[in-house]
Amino acid sequence: MTENTSLKNRIDIRFAALRSSGRKALVSYIVAGDGDNTVALMHQLVSSGTDLIELGVPFSDPMAEGPVIQRAHERALANKTSLRRCLKLVEEFRQQDQNTPVILMGYANPIERMGAEVFADGMATAGVDGALTVDLPAEEAEPLNQLLKKRDLHNIFLLTPTTSDARIAAVTRLASGFIYYVSLTGVTGAGHLNPDSVAEHLTRIRQHTDLPLCVGFGIKDGASARAASAHGDGAVVGSVLVAAIGNAENDVAAQDRIGIITNEIRTALDR
Amino acid sequence: MSELPASRDVARLSKQETERQSIDYQAFPDTGGHYGSYGGRFVSETLISALDELQRMYQQLKADPEFQAAFDYDLAHYVGRPSPLYLAERLTAEVGGAKIWLKREDLNHTGAHKINNTVGQALLAKRSGKRRVIAETGAGQHGVATATVAARLGLECVVYMGAEDVARQSPNVYRMKLLGATVVPVESGSKTLKDAMNEAMRDWVTNVEDTFYIIGTVAGPHPYPQLVRDFNTIIGREARRQCLTQFGQLPDALVACVGGGSNAIGLFHPFLTDSTVAMYGVEAGGEGLDSGRHAAPLNTGVPGILHGNRTYLMEDEDGQISPTHSVSAGLDYPGVGPEHAWLKDIGRVRYVTADDQEALAAFRKLTHNEGILPALESSHALAYSFKLAMQMSREQHIVVNLSGRGDKDIFTVAAIDGIEI
Repeated sequence: MTENTSLKNRIDIRFAALRSSGRKALVSYIVAGDGDNTVALMHQLVSSGTDLIELGVPFSDPMAEGPVIQRAHERALANKTSLRRCLKLVEEFRQQDQNTPVILMGYANPIERMGAEVFADGMATAGVDGALTVDLPAEEAEPLNQLLKKRDLHNIFLLTPTTSDARIAAVTRLASGFIYYVSLTGVTGAGHLNPDSVAEHLTRIRQHTDLPLCVGFGIKDGASARAASAHGDGAVVGSVLVAAIGNAENDVAAQDRIGIITNEIRTALDR
Repeated sequence: MSELPASRDVARLSKQETERQSIDYQAFPDTGGHYGSYGGRFVSETLISALDELQRMYQQLKADPEFQAAFDYDLAHYVGRPSPLYLAERLTAEVGGAKIWLKREDLNHTGAHKINNTVGQALLAKRSGKRRVIAETGAGQHGVATATVAARLGLECVVYMGAEDVARQSPNVYRMKLLGATVVPVESGSKTLKDAMNEAMRDWVTNVEDTFYIIGTVAGPHPYPQLVRDFNTIIGREARRQCLTQFGQLPDALVACVGGGSNAIGLFHPFLTDSTVAMYGVEAGGEGLDSGRHAAPLNTGVPGILHGNRTYLMEDEDGQISPTHSVSAGLDYPGVGPEHAWLKDIGRVRYVTADDQEALAAFRKLTHNEGILPALESSHALAYSFKLAMQMSREQHIVVNLSGRGDKDIFTVAAIDGIEI
């Protein structure tokens, strides 16, 4: 992590740059295939201040999602967005953007169906930098982890308020890229951030790892993003962006709205 | 045994048979909850500590004679066990062939095998000190069984039920409400059991600190498939004893319906090492396997990951879970317990299907010949047992798990008959 010249993964390059300039990372989540032009939405996220894109892979049974993101998954599936299609979308995004890290966030079954090795190869070819698979905890992650590692890709793990110290140690040993800290027990889009609790848990996690720590769940605007990332390295925003896309009359309106939201959060983080 | 097997198929089968003889079925699942390559724990990080805690508590209580005594007491005095093993003589004569014995789980308190598991999990919930229980339900039998034990222990109870199932199982919805439970209709996805389970998982991930999730079948993340199985093996242990007492030998075949598969594993598990006992798990054939409208993952599905475990699933080529159909809400599920997936692969249990029409015909046949109204779920097992009995001799014995009673289904059957009640 210290020799920046040897960094091969866009996630590592981006966090190294952010650290050296003392800035926090803004990680933005949208669902692939929600709306007519995912790639344009991705470029919009970048131009309004996003550091890392988390692209949601739609699944028929998104168990960790609240109603807002569930509906986005349903819309994306109605648009026939498969995992294969998600890889294509990133490939298309890479034609114009070689630098912004992209991770795919989804569920285990579409990967299982494609085959983990085909998936890992597909990620490398398309220019995806990491995967976050919600229902693939450390115990079950080893096969995919090995495949990703071989290709210099990252497997992003979640830690939560219910994760014990012993488990934090075990998960951080497997993790690479960054750690996604889930700030509350609940589904996406629910609840409110408790900055004191976040600070306490990030301190606990920091004893086990030097990886960047990004905080998600309960982040709705610039103020909550700023509070969440105060003791970490970045903030993840999802449901407010997905809601904006869902409520927009068309793609241009969706781009405008997510641009405004992202700008506001970026400004707050850089203040 | 006088003839030597001629074909290569038979030779291969007997090799698998020999390998099976050395399997220690009690050694499954392994410590990670795996049955071969199935099972495991595929859930979000938030739930891992709760599952660890449940596993620790269960391992400890499983070996605790006091806990086992409390469970046995409740099974005897609250559930009303043992349930009879009943020889259906008129039915046997009508079908013509092997003797059909019914394991009468329909006579349990609340009318199905589901109460065996909820009584057990209620004891766990009580030990955990959590004040709130949640459950998913398809036909409503597990919801009723959960609401029942919650009422008995004074626990808050929330039951998630697909909106389509709420409509077709209205008597059970009202029973749950009478018992003091909150029934939440689930409007997402296909509005059936799988969506109810998604929603229950979402509730659990939100309220994990004070909520005990009573899963109703042998699916879900480890240790659920194991503990739901263990609580239901009372069915098979009783049946084995009853067979030896009532007809002096082990049965030739066991038949049970399989949705998630809790009643089937409960009957099968204590017989797994008895190699002379054939076993048939009957999946819902719906409108026929060719129609695509069915719920038969073991017959048509592929291994995949859903609801916390790896098992056979009905899904499309992109790994999206397919909608299912069965006339019986309790079988209307695209997955199946991981132990069944494993038992299929090693060839110990044969998984077959009965379609909607066959199940309805069996429902009527048992009602007319024996004065017993079976659940539509159990009617699938009955339907297959008729086919099997006809190919067997009158001296042979089949045990069918009559896993639930059919009072809840009279509206469904009446609607099919075009009668308004």
